[in-house]
Amino acid sequence: MNFRVISGKIDLRALRDAVGDFENGACVIFEGLVRNHNEGREVLRLEYEVYEPLAVSEGEAILGEAERRFGPLKAACVHRDGLLELGEAAVVVAVSSAHRDESFRACRYIIDEVKHRLPIWKKEHYADGEANWVNCQRCAAHAAG
Amino acid sequence: MMQVRVRYFAVFREVTGVETEVVDTGASSARELFSQMADRHADLHFEAAALVAVNDVMADWETALSEGDEVLFFPPVAGG
Repeated sequence: MNFRVISGKIDLRALRDAVGDFENGACVIFEGLVRNHNEGREVLRLEYEVYEPLAVSEGEAILGEAERRFGPLKAACVHRDGLLELGEAAVVVAVSSAHRDESFRACRYIIDEVKHRLPIWKKEHYADGEANWVNCQRCAAHAAG
Repeated sequence: MMQVRVRYFAVFREVTGVETEVVDTGASSARELFSQMADRHADLHFEAAALVAVNDVMADWETALSEGDEVLFFPPVAGG
């Protein structure tokens, strides 16, 4: 399994080692971090909800697509579930390939697809005590608390 | 009429106050089922970027439903 959902901190070194290969001279790692602001509001922490069965199968499918499009390469991705504090990595993508171009392109493809397709939701908790589900146009009135 | 199980996630679960429910429906598609559930739950509204899965496989809103299906309603996703 190269795509995983975990609730503890992501081990960056382990992920890098997972895509390590003497044939590959390039490794690109993308980290998505918890930021302290969004759309003008001060964010204190994020809360993720993941539907793991489908997140994992879709995540594996995305890694497979990246390999078919840009491979040969090795790719792995870990996404967090639960409550995250500022500065923590919510998602990490690691890709290695013989040369750098394929790794950069595959890494970009994977993170973009992960954001658009996986059944993962995040709720922002703000400094003023409110909380909102991100990307949900009509949710603001209901998500307080 | 058939019986299906509906599961709600994230904000959909919060506004319905329901995690899962078994419903009798004549809905011809996932879209029609959502519409029926929106009639049942006043604060449940369709979102253009909402996704649907049937029996743990991503589906589309025109997917036909069958007896015993588990239909998962996903509000707009926001991974990463």
